[in-house]
Amino acid sequence: MTPVLATLAEAWSEVRVHKARVVLSLVGVFLAVFAMTTVTALGLIVAQVQQEQSERMSGRSATIGVTAYDPQTGMPPDAAEWDAAVAGLTERYGITTTASIGYEETRFRMPGGTQLVQTKRVSPSYGQLHRIEPIEGRWLRAGDRDSLAPAVVVNEAFLGALGVPDLAGRPTVVIGGQTPVRAAIVGVVREGYGDELLAYRVDRSAGPWDEPTTATPAASVYGPSTLELWVGADQADEVMAVVSHDLGLALGGAQVDAYRQDSPDLEETLGMLRLAIRGVGVVVLALGGLGVLNIGLVTVRQRIREIGVRRSFGATSSRVFAAIMLESVCATFLAGLAAVALSVVLVRNLPLESLLNSGVPLADVPAFPLAAAVEGLVAATAVGALAGLLPAVIAVRAKVIDAIRF
Amino acid sequence: MTLLALRGISREVGLPDGGVLPILTGVDLDVAAGEHVAIVGRSGSGKSTLLNLLGLLDTPTDGEYLLDGEPTGALRARRRARLRGEVFGFVFQQFNLLPRRTAEENVAAPLLYARGRDYLRRRRTAREMLDRVGLGTRGDTVPEKLSGGEQQRVAIARALVRSPRVVLADEPTGALDVETGAQVMALLASAAAEGGAALVTITHDLNVARLADRRYRLDAGRLAPLADPAPTPVVPAPAPVPLAEVHP
Ligand SMILES: Nc1ncnc2c1ncn2[C@@H]1O[C@H](COP(=O)(O)OP(=O)(O)O)[C@@H](O)[C@H]1O
Ligand SMILES: [Mg+2]
Repeated sequence: MTPVLATLAEAWSEVRVHKARVVLSLVGVFLAVFAMTTVTALGLIVAQVQQEQSERMSGRSATIGVTAYDPQTGMPPDAAEWDAAVAGLTERYGITTTASIGYEETRFRMPGGTQLVQTKRVSPSYGQLHRIEPIEGRWLRAGDRDSLAPAVVVNEAFLGALGVPDLAGRPTVVIGGQTPVRAAIVGVVREGYGDELLAYRVDRSAGPWDEPTTATPAASVYGPSTLELWVGADQADEVMAVVSHDLGLALGGAQVDAYRQDSPDLEETLGMLRLAIRGVGVVVLALGGLGVLNIGLVTVRQRIREIGVRRSFGATSSRVFAAIMLESVCATFLAGLAAVALSVVLVRNLPLESLLNSGVPLADVPAFPLAAAVEGLVAATAVGALAGLLPAVIAVRAKVIDAIRF
Repeated sequence: MTLLALRGISREVGLPDGGVLPILTGVDLDVAAGEHVAIVGRSGSGKSTLLNLLGLLDTPTDGEYLLDGEPTGALRARRRARLRGEVFGFVFQQFNLLPRRTAEENVAAPLLYARGRDYLRRRRTAREMLDRVGLGTRGDTVPEKLSGGEQQRVAIARALVRSPRVVLADEPTGALDVETGAQVMALLASAAAEGGAALVTITHDLNVARLADRRYRLDAGRLAPLADPAPTPVVPAPAPVPLAEVHP
């Protein structure tokens, strides 16, 4: 017990006494660990953001899209029949998250006149599956299907065209058609390019104005709606194979297509990105380690006499070795700790959302990745051990009598 | 039984041209517990080599070195290091204090290699030792700010901090002026005696040798008893004084 304490005490005392040179030699390691930890952390965060963005477009990994229509008429199956078939399917395969999505064009009465706006008719779970985070208001929910007035989620351009700054005044918009109805704008999302207007409505509702599956003057429907199934990536192929078959049977001969919607390559791409970042970090760190080694070599020669004196106190070779080694490890560990701390402070204070996600709040606000912090500390310690190795060997091999000879 | 016994010790070093340089030849020496032995000799006569052999810092090329009657020739490096720390205290001509470490840290340093209680109480022990050499108030001073005489007194405190059985002093007054040297030597002799440690002093100063119980001369690597020195010392040896009063 006490020899361990004593070795630590000795190493610490060395670091303290040689403050200036230690600090100097550590600048490299500090910068390297700082850079590496920050880059790794940002890399992990960027990866997460990219994933979110990609998921917003095509759903989480793995999302399977399913469409069904009558091969003769091209018409979608009857809603009740379809719901029953889907319920049977999800139960059979233990699929917990599904969403439906249909596209239509809706006539909105805007201040400048009636405008056709591309509208997605989605089930409330679509928001979860695509990680939609409204920048204001709320996302659609199941209750919207039964509400007296339709609920609409729009993009910022839509709100702008309406001449409304935000949702504070509970804005409404009239949906034209046979039965014009005043819809409430409940949420705003950041989506769409330029001044393209976009709107979301819940997939179906009880109101008399709602006839999404038939061609009405209010809205024209593009093809059948799509069912999205969220399954584990390893389950995807299996589910795709059975879905067409099972649904086709349940719907009595309807044409059912199933396809993978998310990009399975994404994870691979992100993996490569992380690897590249880590590679650069290792090179930078190695350079920092060389700095520590260099100064360690210079000072161990200056301290040969001191080591000889310690030998006269009864220091064994292993104690001499451990002391020089630990000194290096102690120092780089502290540098690593400081670097990681600074990195945490920096990353936490970066305006990540506006940098990476064009101001859209991130669904999972990225914490500082623990992996990056641990990695930084481990790397710093390892560099200290490696850089301490050679000076420690030199110190052990120094001849005592030559060392203390004046 | 003698504490240290050298039997026909020789030490040679290989030269770059392939030849062999004998430094010590057939040295016999006994040191009993608590006694004070002085070895005088000219520069280059092999005094430091002999002292390094005694302190287990070096190994002889021939002959036998018995410590407590046990041969040391076959000891492993680890055991030699431990024995060195436990049995011996060293005082060097150049003081060899650890630079930039305070006097107290310097005196405590050998206790870093001790175990248990000795290790844990090292600070306190170090302060007590500094008190005993009259430097109780200088514990926080670094060697760079101490005079030569003060540095050597710190070194003496350090050599005695683990209560060694033998103090090996290699020209302890060699870097000091005559008067300071005499005071330091008196302190060393009385401190070793007080601690019950044997003292082997190497010197080329006959006045220093005069304090010893027995005297030897080393000449060209051969050790021989020294004839009694001239009766009149150049500087009178100071009267024995209580340790703390040597340098108030
Ligand atoms: N490792 C060595 N290699 C070559 N010569 C050495 C070595 N060690 C000591 N010597 C030589 O041996 C002689 C005695 O050295 P030393 O014991 O230091 O003498 P002293 O302490 O009496 O002045 C000197 O001439 C010195 O140069
Ligand atoms: Mg010498």
